[in-house]
Amino acid sequence: MNYVNLQRWNLLGGIVTVLTVAFSLLWAFPIYWGIVTSLKPDDEVIRPIVELWPENLTFEHYTNALFNTQIGQWYVNSVAVAVGATVLTIIPSMLCGYVISQLNFPGRKILWWLILASFMVPTQTLIINHFELMAQMNLLNTWTGMILPQLIHPVIIIVYKQFFDNVPKDFREAALMDNASELRILWKVFVPMNWGITTALSIVVFIWTWNAFLWPFLAVTQSANMTVPVGITQVNDNFGVYYARQLAAAILAGLPVAIVYLLFQRQVTRAITLSAGIKG
Amino acid sequence: MLRNIRSETLIAGFLLLPFFAVYGLVFVYPTVQMFITSFTDAPLIGDGKWVGWQNYARLPNDRMFILALWNTSYFVVLSVVPGTVVALFVALGVSRLKGWLQSAVLALFFLPYILPVGVVYFLWDWILNYQFGIGMHGLEYLGLERAPVFKTLTWFLPATALVTIWWTAGFSFLLFLAGIRAIPPEIYEAATLDNAGRWRTFRSITWPLLWPVTALVLTIQMILQLKIFDQVYLFSIGGRPNDTMVMVQYIYTRAFVNNQGGRAAAIAVTLFAIVIIISVFQFQLLRMVGGSDRK
Repeated sequence: MNYVNLQRWNLLGGIVTVLTVAFSLLWAFPIYWGIVTSLKPDDEVIRPIVELWPENLTFEHYTNALFNTQIGQWYVNSVAVAVGATVLTIIPSMLCGYVISQLNFPGRKILWWLILASFMVPTQTLIINHFELMAQMNLLNTWTGMILPQLIHPVIIIVYKQFFDNVPKDFREAALMDNASELRILWKVFVPMNWGITTALSIVVFIWTWNAFLWPFLAVTQSANMTVPVGITQVNDNFGVYYARQLAAAILAGLPVAIVYLLFQRQVTRAITLSAGIKG
Repeated sequence: MLRNIRSETLIAGFLLLPFFAVYGLVFVYPTVQMFITSFTDAPLIGDGKWVGWQNYARLPNDRMFILALWNTSYFVVLSVVPGTVVALFVALGVSRLKGWLQSAVLALFFLPYILPVGVVYFLWDWILNYQFGIGMHGLEYLGLERAPVFKTLTWFLPATALVTIWWTAGFSFLLFLAGIRAIPPEIYEAATLDNAGRWRTFRSITWPLLWPVTALVLTIQMILQLKIFDQVYLFSIGGRPNDTMVMVQYIYTRAFVNNQGGRAAAIAVTLFAIVIIISVFQFQLLRMVGGSDRK
């Protein structure tokens, strides 16, 4: 490559880099703008000019959202539902992935194909019958009622099966010689060897259930039982028509997942690529 | 040996109990029930009379159903390909960056995907606010008239699609990035030695090697957007929900607003079939197209 060519290459590369960075800032701007607006007093919020930083920084909208609404109760509900759904998704999926990967029994292939096929089923279409079922079980407006229909993530089983397939056969055979039970082998050998994937999957299931809208929105009719992401959209009278108040409440709703993501970026991105069927 | 298999089957059954319990209760049972309900005139809760194919027979003449089908298709067109293109370009740009800059830029692009839909709704409802929204300055700058975007029929679906792309492109972007990273660097080195230009390198190396990921992204996005509800529902509050109705929203309206479980289930079964048929065929089709492209 001659000198002129090289120079053109570098210039073009530089432009692409600058454009990418600029575009990423523009992409994240709506989030920045929401945060800045939520920190402005009401009279500043509706000024016709664009002010990228509040003149008088205030936290009044946050204290209002925290103390004058039911958001505290909603947080408790959200944490209970998201943690409950995560545990109840991970454990059965882990067991199922282990059984399909390691045990030999009739119907194993069929079960595996059924799980792969169930990946395609749109659970949104089940809302009517989920609602009827939860109503019959008297679980509407409860944590359990919000959790149960959200436990269908066949992809978690698929990922576990693939990871357990990669554990060398000798490990299980050696443990079987020592008369270890299957549960013990799973817990003492397979799970510790795959802690990384368990953490990553747990984090994304937590994020998915925290963010879930349709089912928690249907399963709850009383505002005290709502999750944060549903509550902020359903109970408007607590915020009035004050944009900054709504945005403050919205930011409080998104904050836990944003923090979880920023703390566990690598696990989150890995689990999400895996959940789409790509080895990360 | 035989004894061994029998005891393994027993243990397998035991370890599968939690899975069978969960999937049986909230997956298999409701799915079967959905098909049964769709042949009855049941309300939302409770049993109904068997009415045969009646709920399905009225769908072709149901104006609302046709509208929901049309709006959903329109929304798919507006969001799937544009969202995939944006994600691909961003991934190509980000893959060139290194170190902390790459991590920071990646996080900025990915962050929206991690947010609950309610947050996305409030952020954009504020940005596109008719009176005070910063987006309106943008429109005026482009020489366009201010418009109450989510209350105007022509703007509603395009604007919702834009917000959806912003919200979900981070996911596709991540898949593209993984795809780009999986391409062995030696291939590019060989191309540089052959004095292949940027465009040619992209056309003959990156694009064909990324095609399987692109097919996957298009399929996932298509299925995701067919099942759209949250954003459309939220943005249509105070707007014209009867004109901007999409499929899942119509299921919701029939079942939960009109208390017609049977009719809603027929719509649900239809959407269920559409999604499954498209998931099976689209992916195969796209893979085939990609395969012939590479020759």
